[in-house]
Amino acid sequence: MLPDKYGKFGVFGGKFVPETLMTALSELEISYKKAQKDAKFRKELDNLLEYYAGRPTPLYFARNISKKASRKIYLKREDLLHTGAHKINNTLGQALLAVRMGKKRIIAETGAGQHGLATATSAALFGLECDVYMGEEDIHRQALNVFKMKLLGARVIPVYSGSKTLKDATSEAIRDWVTNVRTTYYVIGSAIGPHPYPMIVRDFQSVIGKETKKQILGCEKKLPDYMVACVGGGSNAIGFFHPFFNTNVKLIGVEAGGFGINTEKHGASLCKGSPGVLHGNKSYLLQDKFGQVRVAHSISAGLDYPGVGPEHSYYKTIKRAEYKSVTDKEALEGFKMLSEMEGIIPALEPSHAIYYAVKKLAPKIGKNKIIIVCLSGRGDKDIDIIKDL
Amino acid sequence: MNRIDKKFKELKKRKQKAFIAFIMAGDPSLAITKKLVPELASSGADIIELGVPFSDPIADGPTIQKASSRGLKSKTTLPDVFNLVRNARLEIDTPIVFLIYYNLVFHYGLEKFVKDAVRSGVDGAVIPDLPPEESKELSRIAKKNRFSMIHLLAPTSSVERIKKVDSVSTGFIYYVSLTGTTGARTRLPKELSANLRKVKRITRTPVCVGFGISTPAQVKEVQKISDGAIVGSAIVKVIEKNIGKKDLVKKVGEFLRAIKTS
Repeated sequence: MLPDKYGKFGVFGGKFVPETLMTALSELEISYKKAQKDAKFRKELDNLLEYYAGRPTPLYFARNISKKASRKIYLKREDLLHTGAHKINNTLGQALLAVRMGKKRIIAETGAGQHGLATATSAALFGLECDVYMGEEDIHRQALNVFKMKLLGARVIPVYSGSKTLKDATSEAIRDWVTNVRTTYYVIGSAIGPHPYPMIVRDFQSVIGKETKKQILGCEKKLPDYMVACVGGGSNAIGFFHPFFNTNVKLIGVEAGGFGINTEKHGASLCKGSPGVLHGNKSYLLQDKFGQVRVAHSISAGLDYPGVGPEHSYYKTIKRAEYKSVTDKEALEGFKMLSEMEGIIPALEPSHAIYYAVKKLAPKIGKNKIIIVCLSGRGDKDIDIIKDL
Repeated sequence: MNRIDKKFKELKKRKQKAFIAFIMAGDPSLAITKKLVPELASSGADIIELGVPFSDPIADGPTIQKASSRGLKSKTTLPDVFNLVRNARLEIDTPIVFLIYYNLVFHYGLEKFVKDAVRSGVDGAVIPDLPPEESKELSRIAKKNRFSMIHLLAPTSSVERIKKVDSVSTGFIYYVSLTGTTGARTRLPKELSANLRKVKRITRTPVCVGFGISTPAQVKEVQKISDGAIVGSAIVKVIEKNIGKKDLVKKVGEFLRAIKTS
């Protein structure tokens, strides 16, 4: 099973970090492998996921959009989790790991604020000190989450460099980790970063796909034909897809098309980028002709990232998944559609996946086909953005 | 033997330690860097470390981050920096190494990078986000072209890692004095000399120390226990302070002569 012992998914992944962090990454890998084998650790995490975070999440048959699309569309309801998104699956796991490793302080990067919120929540639960790096631009876009993080006792540190979004928040979190590596655990929020992070995040998020499999077999007695998820760094998507790797289910990742992928303003690394190295791993990357990393754009702060998790680059290369894009405007249409027709207000990130499934995919496929969309988070955090449009 | 190896041999003969000066190419403009390079050489730099601007310098503190931004703003590209070195080679023979993030190298093409570097007169590279584990291919090409691969060691490096880095490093080893990013510090960590003694016992490649070094006393202290001192942010600050002023180049030269006490 991938990654290999060098942390590679094919040619992607790896550990492209300053020497200062190499020992810490090895320690993390060893601790994680030990924890994985420890029944007590797994039991504690399962317990938290069930009684604290609210798992399993429902697999909901979305009757009205199904009717509209004349196809069966199910939603995996990660939006119903505590803190409002799938991010908590990973932060509870990593915070438990941090405690096991004897770390008293955790740090995180955040874009939309959902990962920061989930990290701050886990820190409060375990009594850890917590600093969250967030781009100044995102602090404005996601004011509600900033306020929540502060209520939970975390410090939100604004990042003013570069694009002032997730990319720069991640760089700043890495700099903090380089400085405080002996005392601090870095909770990475997406399936990105140096090995072993992409593997750890995928494993903790795989609970989404595992539950989905059981649930769809329960109600349809068969696997779905298509699974659709949004991809920024790609943690909800990889957790959703991974348990289906060895099946015939078609996997589709939907990237941020921004103003359109033929403009300069989008976040579609897999659709329009090329292999490169950023934030510790080799993966598809938006970059200029000299290898300078480009500034991504998306209406949703959570997809506003020029890189993508290395396992997605691998899935793309071996053609195990397809990657498509949906523009800001289309995502808003998806947002409205789900709100008005199903009474579910989705986050702007999965609104991309909703739009793709209903408007692009459904019309192309047979009437008896089943689609499952990962509804990775709820839309409360985006209300201000929508209100201002 | 390339220029770096020759330099260390020469220094050893004279019983001196290396003084390595860092500036960012294109900060604030390529025209000024072009004047700064010979100025560094004539003001006592034994080796010049030339930064190539990058959009996401994760190992750098605010001072060098800003220098990198200024370099990008002046539209400085890797081919420009090759060109600059090629021209500088008409005047100076001081070893020049790049400080460059891996994506720029990877994107340019590993083989093409090494060949163009050597052809331009660049002697080696420090790639802060490329540990030995990820540099096998580049090291192979570098070796063939006698291009130095200057790997880093840090206070967190284990004995095994020190051995590994020593076995793959050519030219010198860049010892990071502290856990953190680049940038001037008022005080160097207490455990630095003990750490360095450990590293020196294990390694055969010359070991030079960087990160946080900004005063003549610190340069002296570090040179005493290693093979050389690397000063970066402190020089960049002088540049930053004198942007737009006529005597920027002269000021940098003066600073260098003042900090290089030996």
